[in-house]
Amino acid sequence: MTSQVSSEAGEALLGEQRSAPAKPHHGTEKEVRRLDRVIIRFAGDSGDGMQLTGDRFTSETASFGNDLSTLPNFPAEIRAPAGTLPGVSSFQLHFADHDILTPGDAPNVLVAMNPAALKANIGDVPRGGEIIVNTDEFAKRAMAKVGYETSPLEDGSLDGYRVHPVPLTTLTVEALKDFGLSRKEAERSKNMFALGLLSWMYHRPTEGTENFLRQKFAKKPQIAEANVAAFRAGWNFGETTEDFAVSYEVAPATRAFPAGTYRNISGNLALSYGLIAAGRQADLPLYLGSYPITPASDILHELSKHKNFGVRTFQAEDEIAGIGAALGAAFGGSLAVTTTSGPGVALKSETIGLAVSLELPLLIVDIQRGGPSTGLPTKTEQADLLQAMYGRNGEAPVPVVAPRTPADCFDAAVEAARIALTYRTPVFLLSDGYLANGSEPWRVPDVGDLPDLRTLFATGPNHTLDDGTEVFWPYKRDPETLARPWAVPGTPGLEHRIGGIEKQDGTGNISYDPANHEFMVRTRQAKIDGIDVPDIEVDDPDGADTLVLGWGSTYGPITAAVRRLRVAGKPIAQTHLRHLNPFPKNLGEVLKRYEKVVIPEMNLGQLATLVRAKYLVDARSHTQVNGMPFKAEQLAAALKEAIDA
Amino acid sequence: MPEPLLHLVPKAEAQQSMKDFKSDQEVRWCPGCGDYAVLAAVQGFMPELGLAKENIVFVSGIGCSSRFPYYMNTYGMHSIHGRAPAIATGLATSRRDLSVWVVTGDGDALSIGGNHLIHALRRNVNLKILLFNNRIYGLTKGQYSPTSEVGKITKSTPMGSLDAPFNPVSLALGAEASFVARTVDSDRKHLTEVLRQAADHNGTALVEIYQNCNIFNDGAFEVLKDKDQAKEAVIRLEHGSPIRFGAEDEKGVVRDPATGDLQVVTVTPENESRILVHDAHATTPTTAFALSRLADPDTLHQTPIGVFRSVDRPVYDTLMADQLETAVERYGKGDLGQLLTGNDTWTVVG
Repeated sequence: MTSQVSSEAGEALLGEQRSAPAKPHHGTEKEVRRLDRVIIRFAGDSGDGMQLTGDRFTSETASFGNDLSTLPNFPAEIRAPAGTLPGVSSFQLHFADHDILTPGDAPNVLVAMNPAALKANIGDVPRGGEIIVNTDEFAKRAMAKVGYETSPLEDGSLDGYRVHPVPLTTLTVEALKDFGLSRKEAERSKNMFALGLLSWMYHRPTEGTENFLRQKFAKKPQIAEANVAAFRAGWNFGETTEDFAVSYEVAPATRAFPAGTYRNISGNLALSYGLIAAGRQADLPLYLGSYPITPASDILHELSKHKNFGVRTFQAEDEIAGIGAALGAAFGGSLAVTTTSGPGVALKSETIGLAVSLELPLLIVDIQRGGPSTGLPTKTEQADLLQAMYGRNGEAPVPVVAPRTPADCFDAAVEAARIALTYRTPVFLLSDGYLANGSEPWRVPDVGDLPDLRTLFATGPNHTLDDGTEVFWPYKRDPETLARPWAVPGTPGLEHRIGGIEKQDGTGNISYDPANHEFMVRTRQAKIDGIDVPDIEVDDPDGADTLVLGWGSTYGPITAAVRRLRVAGKPIAQTHLRHLNPFPKNLGEVLKRYEKVVIPEMNLGQLATLVRAKYLVDARSHTQVNGMPFKAEQLAAALKEAIDA
Repeated sequence: MPEPLLHLVPKAEAQQSMKDFKSDQEVRWCPGCGDYAVLAAVQGFMPELGLAKENIVFVSGIGCSSRFPYYMNTYGMHSIHGRAPAIATGLATSRRDLSVWVVTGDGDALSIGGNHLIHALRRNVNLKILLFNNRIYGLTKGQYSPTSEVGKITKSTPMGSLDAPFNPVSLALGAEASFVARTVDSDRKHLTEVLRQAADHNGTALVEIYQNCNIFNDGAFEVLKDKDQAKEAVIRLEHGSPIRFGAEDEKGVVRDPATGDLQVVTVTPENESRILVHDAHATTPTTAFALSRLADPDTLHQTPIGVFRSVDRPVYDTLMADQLETAVERYGKGDLGQLLTGNDTWTVVG
């Protein structure tokens, strides 16, 4: 489970570093070795179905009970020119018999469906790694297209790797010759042949994939059976051919998981479920106003499927209308949400400011991607933190919540809803491309254990005038939370007007009075500053001098790096922020306890800037903006450097 | 006939008067502004609707006219520039028990908010949009607007504006609007009749209201208001009646058989049978569009007012609600526990 910091001593602390012991297997011809963890990367053309292959292998692995973490990586182009480097799509999966935290730094096994896939990925495979190549695609022209003058399969450039040359396309076509398909149609099943082969190599259960294929192609039974046949042919090929002498077992991660029912879940799916759950727990209809944008669109797709939960999804004409409709629904008493990525947030800024002024609950989900501008739509980054914090005109504070792992997107969405509803404020939920598309096992929560988010609408007057008249004041605040009443249209006697012009304290009428403006600006800020957020906890078993502080999706890599350092005898303390605005009350005190503070981020130091400004702490920033998550080993090296500095 | 959607909005328990719809806020438009007349007409018309006033919402954008909600004793939101149709869409699609009105101006609706306006119209969300058109930017003190005539001399166009104006009625018809009307601020009777028809309409109703800005564009519609000139300038559209106008009703609109376009002719016994009978419910918007092009954009001569088009077409909010109902019929009411568990789980025994 990546959502846990292991506190077990010894073996579990070794975590990601444990080497793979070999063990002979009795009773079968082929040797079976036992591994504690494996990292596989499937790579091919954008049209080769690598994401589907990876998803299926993940499902097989999840149902087998391993812990796992995935990293899909694909180009923004839907079908880049075939066989080119920009067209390569890959899916990396890390699975283990213990709890793991990242999709892994370097693959142990690379499946390369063509020369482009080999060329684009070979640099990540350490010497000694296994490479399964589809030799059918290594024709002179295809190789020349990516700059291979001679065949890497023959010129010795792959010496030092364990290469399995497999004519995947030919074998697939041969296996399907009785299906009456054209060669082109038959070739398309080669990803299932590869999946079958890998499923044999790692003893994965196959039933789920066969059921999946029959369901997916329910309307084309011939194609369904062809894919099942290709899948089985791949399995049988592994079992019979001499090239694959060894298969591997990775035992279920039974000790890593608390008891419960588990499923595999991606960040965007968990976030969607979190929103539906929040609506249910608040007893409010969920309303999504959204405009399609990578990598957030899957939330729109997912919520659109659940109309039987009373979920309304509105695909707007643009980003501004998406949040506008959501804000309108919030005024009407819905739990309102808008989903987007960085460029969309820029467009929504003015409406977020209006929501700050109207003091209505609203969730703004930002699945961050590489920027600025269009940037890297399919790659990950954490560079919208300051946009979320400050990207509006005027003093317009907005709470910010960030999930740390794919499964944590569920809890973070519920938490963001709690803040929005309790304090009547827009709230940013900052996920990112890595969390959105990555997946991991999730212990399905008991619905009865979810927090109660019910809130009360105003039903009657809340103020008595000097002359004794009972009136409704839309900006008379709750003295505890400073939240204003939520009086929805349809409530008799509470008719009122709200707007973006400065309002008089209490009455909500237009006011240009200088003292009132000063009071309202400070009160809106005080409301956000006063939000009740839990203190951060520090994981510091050794009494370290150096603290690593993270936020959002860097949790996995940071925790993996921290484990490595501790195993190597380097004490380091770790803490991770879920609440970026307001910060937990004890953050300043925690930071001051440590001699050195390091903040790794996938931006140029945005949290570090905030922390340095607010706490006057000489925090050291470690940053990476290459569109990919941190690699644990590199991060460990950077943290070691900080400790030793 | 489809069920009138107005029936979904609760009725007022007691008889209402215009006073019930006046808020306690001081009206702060310039003295003499056409907005006062529209406000009075709307406040005067509301009791006739007989809806519970807590179920009425006015949403506006930014501009002089967008202060309107503050003066209505209903629910209201004064939002941001151009976005009122989007915000109102969210409200109307999530709360079908509300009567939702949008108040906007020519800059708000046709310049910064043009996108939201056309999409609201094509979706046919159940909104009543009152577009106050004064052909000028008032709140920013007198720049030309997207409905100003070409060559308009303003602060931002000292040598005359360069861009051709929008014709809001043509634009709305092109955006698939199911209800399009035009009226004039000072003609309370006509304005009220148009409001009545708009309120009764299922779906988006766009009402263009020619409104005088006496500070920055005074007299822009004088030709339509001056009794003598109006007889020649104004064409009153009434469904089912021949389209005739003029001091002696001597002019009429006919279709040119060669081009299909509309022309104004002097009515004679020979051509009288060819005078077009206005059909607001025509299946295609072709003739309504041709009518919207009759007026001279500079002189406003031959300006039709009234309901150009009013047709029944599926309403977005209804369709959305229907899908929710269908989903429940098909899959049963959502079960959260089942959803979270999904179909592919494994169990870890502690």
